[in-house]
Amino acid sequence: MTFVKTKLKLELLEEGDTLEVLLKAGEPLENVPRTVVEQGFLVLETTHVKDDIHRVVIKKT
Amino acid sequence: MSEKNKLSIICMSGDFDKAIAVFTLASGAAAVNYEVNLFFTFWGLDILKNKRGRRFIGKGILARFFNFLLGGRSNLPLSRLNFAGLSPLLMTGLMKSRNVATLTELYDAAVALGVNFYACEMAMHVLGLERADFVPEVKDVLGVATFLELSKGGQTLFI
Repeated sequence: MTFVKTKLKLELLEEGDTLEVLLKAGEPLENVPRTVVEQGFLVLETTHVKDDIHRVVIKKT
Repeated sequence: MSEKNKLSIICMSGDFDKAIAVFTLASGAAAVNYEVNLFFTFWGLDILKNKRGRRFIGKGILARFFNFLLGGRSNLPLSRLNFAGLSPLLMTGLMKSRNVATLTELYDAAVALGVNFYACEMAMHVLGLERADFVPEVKDVLGVATFLELSKGGQTLFI
């Protein structure tokens, strides 16, 4: 469902806009960036925020 | 241009947990650009009712009695340990507290992602229901043959 929520937000964006997503380490952090790239989006950066939370910035191309 | 992947799900169950499975698969597949078709039959038709709560809808006394007992998407029972309807409420609370999508969120995501909803003509006839008794998301009323044709070439699941 994490990817589903991400995808729904990305669909609302214009081309060139970016989306920041906070993801937990493990399955969400592995699955979401990989799947958005497969769907044709661009992952600009992945940074550790705190504890097991990571911030991923995705660009709609 | 390659054809889209396709997932078709026959939703026979009107259970809360099984509806969660249907909409998790449907929204997940649609999010990765699958064509997704949901065919609601028998108890599954309860998920599509547009009026909330237990209502005496349908043609005929028996049908109205059945439809009253089946209270729509907001009253789906858990398939096990239902505890007179308490468990779905507890389960929804548990899902919210653990940041897991609820049935309502999964349903809304499926609609937003363009999942196709179909109602079974035979089951509608048995339960005395009309298209007007269902949510506007229902794209069409189908028989088995049409659904089989529609689902050809993809994966079909029965829940």
